[in-house]
Formats: sequence, C-alpha cells, structure tokens
Amino acid sequence: MKSTLLAGALLAFAAATSAHAQAIKLADVAELSGGGATVGTNWKNGIDLAIEEINAKGGVLGRKLEVSHADSQSNPGVARAQVQKALDAEPYVLLGPGYSGSVKVTAPLAAEAGIAQIMGGEAAELTQGGNKFLFRTSFGQQSSMPKVAKYIHDEMKAKTVAVVWVNNDFGRGGRDVVIKELDRLGSKVIADLSTEAGQADFAADVGKIKAANPDAVFVYLNEEESARILKELKRQGVTAPLMGETTLIGQKVIDLAGDAANGARGHVGLTTDAPVDLIKAFREKFSKKYNYVPDHNGLKGYLAVYMVKATTEKMGKVDSKAFADTLHGLTIKAAAEPGILMDVTFSETGDIDRQSFLVEVVEGKQVVKQVLPKVK
Amino acid sequence: MSNLFDLLVAGLATGAIYALVAVGFTLLWQTSQTINFAQGEFVMLPAFLMLAAMHAGAPFWLAIILGILLSMILLGLAFKMLLVDPMMRHGVLPLAIATMALAIGIKEAVKQFFSAEASPFPSIVPTGDISILGHIVSLQSIGVLALAILAVFGLTALLSRTSLGHQMQAAAQNPTVARIIGVPVERMILLTFLINAFLVALASLLITPIYLAKFSSGEVLGQAAFIAAIVGGFNQVRGAIAGGLLIGVLDNLAASYVSTQYRAAVPLIFLILVILFRPQGLLGRAEERTV
Repeated sequence: MKSTLLAGALLAFAAATSAHAQAIKLADVAELSGGGATVGTNWKNGIDLAIEEINAKGGVLGRKLEVSHADSQSNPGVARAQVQKALDAEPYVLLGPGYSGSVKVTAPLAAEAGIAQIMGGEAAELTQGGNKFLFRTSFGQQSSMPKVAKYIHDEMKAKTVAVVWVNNDFGRGGRDVVIKELDRLGSKVIADLSTEAGQADFAADVGKIKAANPDAVFVYLNEEESARILKELKRQGVTAPLMGETTLIGQKVIDLAGDAANGARGHVGLTTDAPVDLIKAFREKFSKKYNYVPDHNGLKGYLAVYMVKATTEKMGKVDSKAFADTLHGLTIKAAAEPGILMDVTFSETGDIDRQSFLVEVVEGKQVVKQVLPKVK
Repeated sequence: MSNLFDLLVAGLATGAIYALVAVGFTLLWQTSQTINFAQGEFVMLPAFLMLAAMHAGAPFWLAIILGILLSMILLGLAFKMLLVDPMMRHGVLPLAIATMALAIGIKEAVKQFFSAEASPFPSIVPTGDISILGHIVSLQSIGVLALAILAVFGLTALLSRTSLGHQMQAAAQNPTVARIIGVPVERMILLTFLINAFLVALASLLITPIYLAKFSSGEVLGQAAFIAAIVGGFNQVRGAIAGGLLIGVLDNLAASYVSTQYRAAVPLIFLILVILFRPQGLLGRAEERTV
C-alpha cells in the first residue's frame, strides 16, 4: 500500500515537474504601485487576460505560458533591480516596464542578456539608441507628436499654444518633439510649463496658462496628474481647447476627472473605444474579468503577449535568442492572429506602424472623431 | 495682476486646509505633547472611509457623516487609547516614532485593502464661477476657504468663549492645577483628540476632490501642515492658522514666480529662516523648560 502511494506521489511530482519544465516563462516588471499604478495595473491585467486565453486554447506551440509579475514601484531604480532579478531567472521574453524612465535604465540589461524586451514606454529616444532587443507596444513620440502638432495647427487653428508637460523622460521627450513640430508649422508656443511627477496642486500652473491666454493648450502629463490639471483648468475657468495624447483622455483619467474631462481631445494609438470589432471584444472580456473598463495600457499588456505568441509561431520554435531578429520587420495581420487586434508592422528599430485615432471626450465617453491609417 | 489675484485665492483655499491640519498638530502638542507624524495620513484616511460607505450603498451625505464619525472613533479615540496612552510614558520621541510607524501602517493598509490607484471623490461644493471685484473665481475655491475658515473660527470660539474651552486650555497649560480645581483633565485631552479627528476629516472632505483619493496623498499635506504649525508657532492655535494660510499662498507664489521644480523648497527655506530668527514661530510664545 505504502509503495503504491509512493509511486503515485512520484508520478504526480514527475508530471508536475514536466509540465512546469514545458511552460514558456515570461517575466513582467510593471508599475504596480506608486504614481504609475494605473499604468502598471492595466498592463498586468492585460497580460494575465491574454495568457489565460492562450493557455485555454492549448498555449503556444503546445506549451503553456507562465508569467511572473514584479513591482517597480514606479521608480526607475527599483525597476532596474527587479529587471535584473527577472533576467537572472532567464525568461523567454521580458515584458515592461511602462514608464519611459524605467525602460531607459532597464533596456541595457535586457540587451546585454540577449532577451527581447516588449515595453510600454513612449519616449522617442528609447528606440533611437540602436538597441536590437527593445520593442514598443504603442507609438513612440516621434510618430505621434507630429500628428498632434498638425491637428493643433490645422484643425484647431491655434496660432498660440501653451504646452504643459511632466518633468520626466516621457514628458520631456514629448515636449521636445511637439514644440519642434509646432514651430515648423507656425504655431507659436507662448507658455512652456514643466510640472513634477506626482504633483497634487496645479493652481499655479493653470494660473500661468490663464495669464498667457493661448488659443489651445497641449497637456502631456501622466494619468493622475492629467486628471488633477483637468479639474483645475475647469475650476479656474480656462476655456481654450485642450489637446493631448492617450494620457489626457484615457478611461482612468475620465473616471478621475469626471465632467472636467469633457471636451478634451487627444491622439490615441490605442483606445478601447476604437471602432474595431476585435478591440470591442477585448474590452468586453477585460471588463467582465476585472469589473472596470481598461485604458490603453490594458491593451498594451494584452498585445505584448500576443506579440510573443505570433513571433514564436512564426519561428516554429521557442528560441529567445532568435526572437528579436524574427520580430524585426515582421507584419502581424489581425486576420491571422486575432489577439493582435489590428494589423501591425515592426520596424528594424522596434517601432510600430499601425492605424491610430483622434478622440474627443463627450459626456464622459471617448468618441473617435477620425481614424488615421497605417503609414505603410 | 489678474494672475496674482487668482494665485492668492487658490493659495488661501489650499492654505486654509493646511491650517485645519496644522491646528490639529498644535492641539495635540499642547494637550498631550504628541507630535503626530501620521497627521497627513489622518487626512487621507477619512476620504477612503467615506468612499467605502458610498461603495456600500450610502448616499454622499450619509457617507460624510459616517466618515466623520468613524474618523473620530479610529483617529481620535482608538489613536489615543491604543497608541498615545501606552507610548506616552516612554517620552515624546518614542511616541513621535510610533506615529511615523502608524503613518506607514495606514498607507500600506489603504493600498492593500483599497487600491494603489487614485480614485475620484465627489465635491461638497458645487462647481461654477462667481465674479469678485471683476475677477472670475471658482465657487469651489470660495467654498473650501469659507468652510475651512468657519471651522477654524468655530474652534477658536469654543476654546476662548465657552467653559469647555477654558477647561481644555487649563488642562493644556497646567494639568496639575487644573486637576486640583476640578477640571476633568483626561476627558479634556480625549476631547482634543476627537476635535483633531474631526478637523482632519473635514480637511479630507475638502481637499480630496482636488488632490484625488490616493494612499500617498497624505505625505504632501502632512509635511505642509507640519511646516505651517512650526512657522506659525507650535503652541498657538492662531499661529497654526496664520502658518497654514501663509504656506498655502507662499507655495502657489513660488510655483508661479520661482519655478515648479523648486516650489517645495521655498516653504522649507522659509521654515529654516523662522527657526533661525524666531524659533517660537511667527505668533508663538517662547517656552522655557523646567530643570
């Protein structure tokens, strides 16, 4: 009896060990607390949803996906330590972080280890340093900001613009590109306002905008700060039209800012309100699982996992060293891989080409005003 | 000029909230020599108690009442009985360190049980604008300022015009003599803890719609109110009020006329100057220790 039990236990242990060995291990480092908690939580939930779906359908090349989540606390120093720890466990692919500053300090570690890093950062400089292992899940600022500047100049007819940005890698990167583009187009930047990450009180900044009296205001802050400045802009009665990027008109910002978000416009690479059937289905699945409507970071996390799936299936093998080479120049069609949601092409620098949207917040909802096609 | 007026109104509105919190600091110090480094977290927590009540289905007005009552029980009664009383006999410093630990505990608990993300919080003051001397001013700024000033004046009247207030002052100034003349000193001390809890709950109600409900939002407030209390005079309620308003205005003017990056440094530089040249605070009394 004892020997039967022992044999059974050994068999179960062997089966478990074998299943474990077969799993493809991914490592995620994200902003699960601190100023970027909204970003990181959405990103993480998007990853978990995609993995659950993929595993339910038999995994990738017959192997299940497994992910470990680590918290960067929205701090680049902590992110670096967490990424190093994650890389020591030799993951197949590294996912995250979402903040550009954290990506900047962790990308060299992943490159040195020869592990592909699929991240959420949008700062222009991230993919301009020749790193062959870094991939975006959304537009870089060099792709999105010219569209933003063109909209401010052509559609809003703004001759004068106030630019409010957050003083970190993300904010500085966006500010530099948009100011250059606005200058080129002939819109004059009459207020250039730097704010701090985590800033709670925007009364003085909005006072400066009010005094400058611009034709339009470009707001480029992280989500929570965007909500706070929207409330303050409303409180101080600033009526100039507001333009931003995804971080100004994301669902979380709308939830936090309430009425104050109405009328704000933004260029959005990814939105759960996009008139795309696969994105609508994603939004429904996500909302059902987590009881809230995701923002673009939920989409980014979800797409990151499907990028892993599509690339691995293209290779026909699980090979972390060949992964980055395969993803460079790869076009993934939504018809072939529905999880990728929209057709996407990855450049040699890890940047993406995909259709995008111009969105306005109307009565607390994102309304897509224009669909901008894929460039190539 | 218009910008300066806007900055002054916004600064006074924020400063009035700092004043509410700073008054709590001075009250606790005067009656029980408690330096409460968790005061910022005391402002953060009531908003979450009110949100929890709303999530449970309570309307906003009921959530406010429940939030204030729960705050008075947790941050007044329980704080005094479970932390201050046992630690007090070990001296001021261990108690101050214990309040630092409490601050971390409250923050982490809110993060754990609620969320690390910010949440929206409804405003008790309606949105809209009014015109004052030709300037458009938001009702919210005026409402926050008015409510905070009302609370502070109410407290000042309680302390200086009522028998209860006189007993509280007596208990603060000389507990031994107060006991001899029949003042229930322990009850008076408890009352100051309850008043502090009420003030922080009110501050929470006023500031959270602007700052959003977030586990870390107490850090900025606690620091600003602490500076305000020292600048104004730690042993005077009116000093804390003046300090709060001054820091609020100074912070806004610094952000506008110096730089956003150095805004946090300006009140600290001011604090250093006050400590160097008027250590008892702008309106404080010089105190000497008995040896």
